[in-house]
Amino acid sequence: MREQRLPAIRGTEAWLIVVIALMVLFLGLATDTFLTVSNLFNLLNVSAINLIFAVGLLAVLVAGGIDISFAVAASVVQYLTALAVEQLGGGSWALGFALAAGFGFCLGAINAGLIHYFRIISIVVTIATFNVFFGFLMFFTRGVSIYDLPDWWLDRVILFETQTASGLFAEIRLPVAVMAVMVLLSWVLIHRLNIGRQLYALGDNPDGARRIGINIAAMHFVAYGWLGICAGIGGLMQANYVQEVVPNALYGRELEVLAAVVLGGARLGGGRGTVLGAVLGVALITITSNGLNLLGVTPYAFQMVIGLVILVAIIATNLQSSGLLGQRRRVRS
Amino acid sequence: MSDAIRLQTAAARPLVLQLKGISKSFGGVQALWDVDFEIAEGEICCLAGENGSGKSTLIKIITGVHRPDGDAEILFGGRRLGALTPVTARQLGVQVIWQDLSLFPHLTVAENIAFEQNLGHRPRWARRGAFRAVAQRVLDRLGLRLPLDTPVMDLAIAQRQVVAICRALATDPKVLFMDEPTASLTKAETDALLDVVRKLARDGIAVVFVSHRLAEVLEISERVTVLRDGTKVGDFDSEGMTQRRLTELMTGATFDDEVHARDRHDAPIVLQTDGLTRRGEYEDVSITIRQGEVLGLTGLLGAGRTELAATLFGLTLPDLGSFSLGGQRMSFASNRDAIEAGISYVPEDRLSLGLVQPQSIADNIVAPVLKRIMGTGGLIDRGTKDRLVGHWIDRLAIKVGKPDDAVSTLSGGNQQRVVLAKWLATEPKLMILDAPTVGVDVGARAAIFEIVRGLAEAGMAILLISDEIPEVYFNTDRVLHMRDGRIVGEYRPRETLMTALEAAVHA
Repeated sequence: MREQRLPAIRGTEAWLIVVIALMVLFLGLATDTFLTVSNLFNLLNVSAINLIFAVGLLAVLVAGGIDISFAVAASVVQYLTALAVEQLGGGSWALGFALAAGFGFCLGAINAGLIHYFRIISIVVTIATFNVFFGFLMFFTRGVSIYDLPDWWLDRVILFETQTASGLFAEIRLPVAVMAVMVLLSWVLIHRLNIGRQLYALGDNPDGARRIGINIAAMHFVAYGWLGICAGIGGLMQANYVQEVVPNALYGRELEVLAAVVLGGARLGGGRGTVLGAVLGVALITITSNGLNLLGVTPYAFQMVIGLVILVAIIATNLQSSGLLGQRRRVRS
Repeated sequence: MSDAIRLQTAAARPLVLQLKGISKSFGGVQALWDVDFEIAEGEICCLAGENGSGKSTLIKIITGVHRPDGDAEILFGGRRLGALTPVTARQLGVQVIWQDLSLFPHLTVAENIAFEQNLGHRPRWARRGAFRAVAQRVLDRLGLRLPLDTPVMDLAIAQRQVVAICRALATDPKVLFMDEPTASLTKAETDALLDVVRKLARDGIAVVFVSHRLAEVLEISERVTVLRDGTKVGDFDSEGMTQRRLTELMTGATFDDEVHARDRHDAPIVLQTDGLTRRGEYEDVSITIRQGEVLGLTGLLGAGRTELAATLFGLTLPDLGSFSLGGQRMSFASNRDAIEAGISYVPEDRLSLGLVQPQSIADNIVAPVLKRIMGTGGLIDRGTKDRLVGHWIDRLAIKVGKPDDAVSTLSGGNQQRVVLAKWLATEPKLMILDAPTVGVDVGARAAIFEIVRGLAEAGMAILLISDEIPEVYFNTDRVLHMRDGRIVGEYRPRETLMTALEAAVHA
């Protein structure tokens, strides 16, 4: 009775681990490049930004909302941060993080405010803000990229490197460390704090949440604000990774991340989902596209294959939790 | 007399809550007129009244959701309160167990019970150990057991009810409102729940119980406060009160509990089943229903009644056996075939399964007969539709503003009539009514059975499924008793005492 319960690995997560293990095994045997240090490090670097977005989006999904504006919001934050540090005469990493998180939070708060005070459903609000944010960005930048970022921002901070047999250097870069911190913070917020329990409760039964006295407004600002912060920091890291700010670089990323998080077991409609699941969902998609690449499949087929992987995975997890049959029985009883 | 009782309780136990001169109007509608209400420590009081009598408005005022009009007075523990908000009401120890329970299905039992620990928007650790300890303490207090780490969605409805009670108890309430807590419980589960309520009262908690089931109201409470049309009829001692008298007080009308059974054994057979079996649901069911007959089917929840109805209505296929309608052997691929053949089914959960709430009354009524109102080119013929809808609204005396109003604007009793109208529009030979009065108040119940008898008189065969014994006893021609999927007895109300039937079912 006393013992601390380990975080339960529920159905979806266990299933994803199995699929990922099989995929790794297959790619390890089918290619001689997949299981190399440089490829694995590359996978980490590539997926770091999506992971930062994913754990932020999870907070919103758990609370019963949805947000498709976060990826373009990240681009807006990149642009605003670039302008701000220029005005402030250069800045530093610390200032960059503070500005990106702050701008990100503000954009998230716009969504939360519209959703809460005007009682508009989240998908409608965020489709609108998606267009507003992106339109704003294209209008002011005229679609032109920014290359003259301050030096600190362009600095490829290398956390760890090792020389591979072929003589090339494999390295882990700053975004991976930032990703680890954001994943940890999201885990604390969603799974370890009272606020996280209230987010689940709100997503699970909004009427019940109101009746028991949850501060609904505060929870909306927490969820969308946290996603905004994650989007801002993700944007900062993406610019560091690609060494420039391209206004439409993240356009379309929202659906990729959303699919990964839902694949990881988050329920559209709220109340379900875990940080581990979101991380595994992103991992599976990243490994799949990397594997296709290494297998020499044409990139034109990627989107189709990834779409199919998501469909199969979601159907399988639904069947496993006997979603269809189970529901019918409940109605009958 | 009621004053004398009130003084007596007041003298014996201190009053927790007193409301004086509560009035409330919404727009132009007066929901409450100058109502007084009070309850003492450890007292169990029932709030009785039909839908729309002002019960829920009163509860919402006490819980701070609505503010009373004018110079109402609310005293808590003898102290006069200013404005009551949901937060202050909860701080004072007023807790409500809502009819829908308001639990969080994906969270575990322990997390639900100890949810209070999570409230507030300052970050604090959510400690599983503490949740479990709180939950266990409350369960121990009630002497009950529940799996603490199971999500609430995996529990049976009776267990969820326990979780809701535990969640309220975890906050140490002084006054506990229970809104229709037994609506979806079986007799045994209800008895267990009533025991829990008594235990709470012994611990000094004032319990206000709201239920449509009058037998239960009289069994559990010491005092009944009756509301009618927003005014208080009075406080009455439960001792010596009868269901019939209480019904009269609530409705202001008299109803006769009279056996309506008729002998229909000469009439032609409408439905005959022969050894119908569906494994795990029901077994070897052979029944007949004749033209104009009202056949009752009773038994405990889970006896297989609803499952049998599902097969007759083409929703499931039997493993063995057959059934025939009007002498013709039937085999349904779906319920569309069943409707075509002349069977209609009014489900138990009419609000979710029987009606499309946001759609209009008219559209709901014509939903199963769209083919018949089609005019040229497959378009809906407005005139035919209006005539059909008007006919059934008149025939069943449904109180509607306009047929184009949404169904959700109607009261429970009138919604039930819309469901009936919808299925009657298909002109069925056999109508299956599954628990037609769940959540319907006394006056509306009587009206529903009057309609049912009228339909039977006109030659329709009716299968009435219910676990409320008096309901089947007084309103059917013949009663079948189902247990564990089998028909175990047949009773004729004119030849049997109701107590005998009750004893058999609850044995």
